[in-house]
Amino acid sequence: MMLDATQTEKPDAPFALRPYGAGDRQDLRRKGNVRVTSDAEQPDWAAQVYLVRDRQDKAAFAALFRHFAPRVKAFLMKSGASEALAEECAQDVMATLWQKAHLFDAERASVATWVFTIARNRRIDALRKSRRPEPEDLPWGPEPERDQAEALEVQQETDRLGEALAQLPVKQRALIERAYYGDLSHSEIAAETGLPLGTIKSRIRLALERLRHQMDVKAPQR
Amino acid sequence: MKIKHHLSDELLMAYAAAELPEAFSLVIASHLSMCDECRARSMAFDALGGAVMEDHAVEMSEGSLAACLDRIDTLPQANARALRRSQGIVPAPLLDYLGGSLDQVKWRPLGLGVRQAILRTSDKGASARLLYIPGGAAVPDHGHRGLELTLVLQGAFRDETDRFGPGDVEVADSSVEHTPIAEEGAACICLAATQGALRFNALLPRLAQPFFRI
Repeated sequence: MMLDATQTEKPDAPFALRPYGAGDRQDLRRKGNVRVTSDAEQPDWAAQVYLVRDRQDKAAFAALFRHFAPRVKAFLMKSGASEALAEECAQDVMATLWQKAHLFDAERASVATWVFTIARNRRIDALRKSRRPEPEDLPWGPEPERDQAEALEVQQETDRLGEALAQLPVKQRALIERAYYGDLSHSEIAAETGLPLGTIKSRIRLALERLRHQMDVKAPQR
Repeated sequence: MKIKHHLSDELLMAYAAAELPEAFSLVIASHLSMCDECRARSMAFDALGGAVMEDHAVEMSEGSLAACLDRIDTLPQANARALRRSQGIVPAPLLDYLGGSLDQVKWRPLGLGVRQAILRTSDKGASARLLYIPGGAAVPDHGHRGLELTLVLQGAFRDETDRFGPGDVEVADSSVEHTPIAEEGAACICLAATQGALRFNALLPRLAQPFFRI
């Protein structure tokens, strides 16, 4: 366990859910991130999920599978799963996406965020992690008329978060990634890097501050 | 509900990563059910998880898409389940641990009208319990070996650090020796999760500790 008990902090503004207006984001494309070759334009994943939901559209599902299954697999392997287990779980996660497509709400989360939460739950079972109680369900919004603008905003926020993450210094980004993989506790990272535990915690804090700052810098003013 | 004491980034990030003992996740999920501000921050940490996942890919084995397509043919769409909503002062995630309502709780006396109920969790990383403190009464002075999260569900308490009302969560580590005292009036009911056993400073509660599992 690696938590400390800093006195209750005034919460910072969340990364997402911030006012966002249309702006030219061409110059914000990831630079130097060689790990995943990102397409020039990401397809509208939310639209694909809605095709799966409304028409059981297999072509849309295949597109989602090709993009997300390898990422879920990588996430699980980095979390300590064997390749075989990660492969099996990634298929489960994609099958869950098919089954639960009607629960997806693009106004609340991007598809990447949603897939992450499904993968997280699958990982709890697969790697025998502690149960994770979920908060109360949020009430559903008015069903038929989806707010396109809001969904677009959520997607753009998520894209900017990814860009900000990619632009973090390598070491800071690695700390955040490892926190999510949970492959090592902070004390193990401390033993491995020779850094004191307090230093690791403050570096993660700094990394988060920097992420927020980059999000602020990039947020076009309305 | 005016919530003053919120969750730290560190806790929200560990919750998003599913890296906490169940008892801590229960307190956090309960707070998130009461606090829109932390709920929004928590969703932002989920988004960060999504961004981390987006960044790396490992090729799936050959035929995996075809296998998955075959499989989904046999799967029904999941039924929309009823929304899990909180009931009265009990946040939705806590309901599952109480057998449905606060009336089902089997309280055990700790003396001076203070009562507690240990909640069953599946891992040993931390323990969860409900505390019932009558107005004006004190929880025995205690420190702890690790982290302790205390969420107020009803009433309010004060200790050496501040006042905590409904929805507030107090985060205390091993350096904090505190004596929470319930405010006069309605009883204070809290959900607490503690890493390791509590340490009592007075001899009597220390003797009682193994029996009450505080």
